[in-house]
Amino acid sequence: MSSTIILLLISPLVGFLINGVFGKLIGKVSSVIACVAILISLVCSVLLFSEVNNKAEHGDVSYFDSSLYEWISAGDLSVEIGIRVDSLTLVMLLVITGVGFLIHVYSIGYMHDDHGYARYFSYLNLFVFSMLILVLANNYVMMFIGWEGVGLCSYLLIGFWYEKKSASDAGKKAFIVNRIGDFGFLLGIFTLFAAFGSFGFEKIFHDAETGHYVKVFGENTLKIATLLLFVGAIGKSAQIPLYVWLPDAMEGPTPVSALIHAATMVTAGVYMIARSSVLFALAETGVYVAWIGVLTALLAATMAITANDIKRVLAYSTVSQLGYMMVGVGVGAYVSGVFHLVTHAFFKGLMFLAAGSVMHAMSNELDMRKMGGLKSKLPVTYWTFLAGALAIAGFPGLSGFWSKDEILHSAWDGGYHAVFFLGLVTAALTAFYMFRLIFVTFHGQSRVEPHVEAHLHESPPVMWVPLVVLAVPSLFIGLILGWGGHDSAFHHFLGDVFHVTKHQEQASSSFPFMLVSTIVATFGIISAYILYSKSSPKDEPENFPMELLTNKYYIDEIYDTVFVKPIKGLSQYGLWRIVDVVVIDFLCVGGVALFTRGVGGLLRYIQTGVVQSYILSMVIGIVLFLGYYLFIYS
Amino acid sequence: MLLTIIIFLPLLGAFLVAAAKCINLGDSALKGIAFLVSLLTFVISVSLYLNFDLVPENAGMKYYTDIQWIEGLGIKYQIGIDGISLWIVLLTTFLMPICILASWNSVEKSISGFMIALLALETAMIGVFCALDMFLFFVFWESILIPMYFLIGIWGGRRRIYATIKFVLYTMVGSALMLVGIMYLYFQNNNSFDLLQLYGLAGSIAPERQKLLFLAFFIAFAIKVPLFPFHTWLPDAHVEAPTAGSVILAGVLLKMGTYGIVRFCLPLFPAGVVAYTPLVVTLSVIGIVYGALVAMVQPDLKKLVAYSSVSHLGFVILGLFALNHQGLQGAILQMVNHGLSTGALFLIVGMIYERRHTRMIADFGGLSKSMPVFAVFFMIATLSSIGLPGLNGFVGEFMILLGSFVSGKFSRIYVVIATSGVVFAAVYMLWMFQRVMFGKLDNPKNQELKDLSIREIAVLVPIIVFIIWIGVYPKPFLSKIEKSVNNIVILNTKDSSKSVLGLVGTSADLKTMDLNSHE
Repeated sequence: MSSTIILLLISPLVGFLINGVFGKLIGKVSSVIACVAILISLVCSVLLFSEVNNKAEHGDVSYFDSSLYEWISAGDLSVEIGIRVDSLTLVMLLVITGVGFLIHVYSIGYMHDDHGYARYFSYLNLFVFSMLILVLANNYVMMFIGWEGVGLCSYLLIGFWYEKKSASDAGKKAFIVNRIGDFGFLLGIFTLFAAFGSFGFEKIFHDAETGHYVKVFGENTLKIATLLLFVGAIGKSAQIPLYVWLPDAMEGPTPVSALIHAATMVTAGVYMIARSSVLFALAETGVYVAWIGVLTALLAATMAITANDIKRVLAYSTVSQLGYMMVGVGVGAYVSGVFHLVTHAFFKGLMFLAAGSVMHAMSNELDMRKMGGLKSKLPVTYWTFLAGALAIAGFPGLSGFWSKDEILHSAWDGGYHAVFFLGLVTAALTAFYMFRLIFVTFHGQSRVEPHVEAHLHESPPVMWVPLVVLAVPSLFIGLILGWGGHDSAFHHFLGDVFHVTKHQEQASSSFPFMLVSTIVATFGIISAYILYSKSSPKDEPENFPMELLTNKYYIDEIYDTVFVKPIKGLSQYGLWRIVDVVVIDFLCVGGVALFTRGVGGLLRYIQTGVVQSYILSMVIGIVLFLGYYLFIYS
Repeated sequence: MLLTIIIFLPLLGAFLVAAAKCINLGDSALKGIAFLVSLLTFVISVSLYLNFDLVPENAGMKYYTDIQWIEGLGIKYQIGIDGISLWIVLLTTFLMPICILASWNSVEKSISGFMIALLALETAMIGVFCALDMFLFFVFWESILIPMYFLIGIWGGRRRIYATIKFVLYTMVGSALMLVGIMYLYFQNNNSFDLLQLYGLAGSIAPERQKLLFLAFFIAFAIKVPLFPFHTWLPDAHVEAPTAGSVILAGVLLKMGTYGIVRFCLPLFPAGVVAYTPLVVTLSVIGIVYGALVAMVQPDLKKLVAYSSVSHLGFVILGLFALNHQGLQGAILQMVNHGLSTGALFLIVGMIYERRHTRMIADFGGLSKSMPVFAVFFMIATLSSIGLPGLNGFVGEFMILLGSFVSGKFSRIYVVIATSGVVFAAVYMLWMFQRVMFGKLDNPKNQELKDLSIREIAVLVPIIVFIIWIGVYPKPFLSKIEKSVNNIVILNTKDSSKSVLGLVGTSADLKTMDLNSHE
């Protein structure tokens, strides 16, 4: 088992090194190397999956947990590079390598004419390697290594076209905002170490359940630790208030948006909370997770309604769906949260790639107001996009329907009724903005500019084949894995990884929930049809609410005014110009120099060099001294 | 003997260069001699590491030599290294050939003088890290000023005289205080400057005296580090110094301060440590955030890197005063890390300065296009400075912050603020990188820039190798440090545990302490 895991992990690293070092020499071959590297990982993941499945059927220990080498040791601190493979890891592995492989293949076509071809594929391989580190880790520090590693790749790939200011700005913003989250994550890790004396999942979860740990912050120890971890998840999985980097991240190449900013990296936060289910359950901090999640879901969905840039609609939609996943893991339905992670990876990855196909055809145009009627010109793109949209909208029987329904159902059963209703509103909005996108882009009259219209074409097979392949799981994986609610295949497979909370045992029938979901989704789709099947969105927002939405609630501007500008101003004028230059250097240091010089200057007048005045002062001195001695002292 | 050779070989090289100059050898011969000598010194010094576990030790010191020097005054030529100084000596010998190679074409006047100054400086620096006699230490400590004075004063920039005098005066203020401290200890120590002997007596100094002595030494070292608010000499010195001078200054000279704290303040004055920990930790945390914020708004690349040093060294001091294994080992590793990553950054700034004769960030933009190889090295050095996991900086920072978090010697609020430095580091480094490397390559002067030469790649590759090595597998580095740190931990746990527990005692702290004292 371990050699398979090592091969799985190392293969993308080797791909990265070859492409990184020899990229200039090998040119287009780099894509083959990158794809083969990921294919090897994919095969290994499938092998691991069947092995674990076999073992589980025979009742053996079905997970693998072992340390590769000791990374840091100091006193009682020991940080290991260690691997854990259990059913949760496997789910992530299959998603990362499966969707990852398809997106690598798609990129061959998409990036065909780019100057940075080899650079692109080396970054992509490095990303997969970091993501594998993240999910294979058997302790929090190694997870953090992968966590920051994917952040780096995200930074590099968002700013891939570095000559564009907006692209490099977006990359930087992503890294820094994620660092704010990591600040919390790090402190969370420290707290865990202070409490448990270890970073290993196995030890921490075991000791947490038995209550055998040092209560560094008293009864609140676990609460504080999990909330700090959650701050990390907020950054990585783009939740309120740190979601602002994800929409901007769309500056990167579209396959990157599909892989990193939809299917894999952004779900790392959800994965981390699912992994830490024991801690979150014991600390009872899930309620915060659920609320942040549902508010994010709702907020992002409203912003998606007015966005006219295809990729931005998909980006807000991703933020919104990540919010759903948070609700899932927040209300204790960890399996459902991860289930939605999986279905979302397929259908959102699909839609991003399809959007990329549209861009490819439209000379990189993203504004849907300049599209329309593309259905007949790009048939494969249209039908696959439609499959993804139906899946995310929760069309009965399709993937999103099952996973979203489970989450809402669990929220209701867990007593989170308000969360349930907000989630339902979000579901309606989701169906609405997705079909607004479909109608405006693919239906109605063509608004394409003539010179673009001339070379409108369906993408080459290397691009549309991955679309078709992705469309299949987007449609059906929910049914296959999710049929039967809490008795489903997915629940059986993942069941024993998570900490089971009391209300997770299904209490109510799922039929009413399915019915409500279906009504809500249909309502959204029909409203979109009525509003947008014939006409395109207006150029100018008509009223204040619309203006507010178009400007994304001015959140970026508020952050800029409240945080960025004051800190810059303080540093520039307060700290540097005043404290450093004036107070410390001029007044204090210069003051000492001035004082020394001043005293020296005064003393200089005594040493005039005129012998007569020396003798005079000597005489005066002797007279005074003798006078004092003779008359006053005695 | 080996250690003595390593200390004085560079000085011998300096004489060789002078002799070669006298017989009118060409510039390249002079540079060649200097480079070969420094390279040889490095090769020999590697054997210090290779044989480290094999050679016998004397009171924790290896490669120990103890010879009478000025007998009547109890002054000895006493040298040796432990797991702490080992790495700083190696860092010094490692950086020196790199500095010489980096200055190959950039020194315009008196190349012989430049090389002589560099080699003489190397002897003095290694001497500081090896000396175990306080008098000898002080001699080396002071003799660093002379070559450094010339390096900045002759080969420096426009305001070099101002900068060099500021540098020397700042250091002298500290030295004067330290000299008083050394004199006092000399009499306490039965008229001997023997540091190892003094370690045995450390507990017997009255607590009140310890506090004063702590201050005398600490101020001297804090100026060198530099700890906020003693840092204003650093940006000036860096900006004016030639590239090699900046690399040595950031890479090694600043470590003299932190090394001095480890060698003198922590093991000799535990009562002083307890008394001043709140103040020191406050200043270091201010330094972390302040240095980062001020670095952010610098228009000059060298100043930016200089202020980032203030921030990074703040981390080191914080780790030292955590006084547990994680903090101390992390801090010592971070000294090496900072030497590598900041050294690399100064070399990189030097390389574009040689091409464009400007260091203003605003003059650049889009260099990734014209200099793609350079971009890769710059990116790695930047990420190392940011503390990205997988590179060296993270290991040190992680251990320091973790050590401080569980230390119990000071409140965790300090650690929370210090950890925010991780965010600010990303802000100022990435913003700088963006303005220099990304964007449109629209300035015609930047369009013609040549990418790195083979020589320049040879300068940077060794540093990058260590940046990655320490990041991926730091254990060989840490394992050597561990044992030497042990004594400091035990000493400071025993002597101060009572007063410390009164301040912050939680059970976790108790646990850590117990574990530490068992070792």
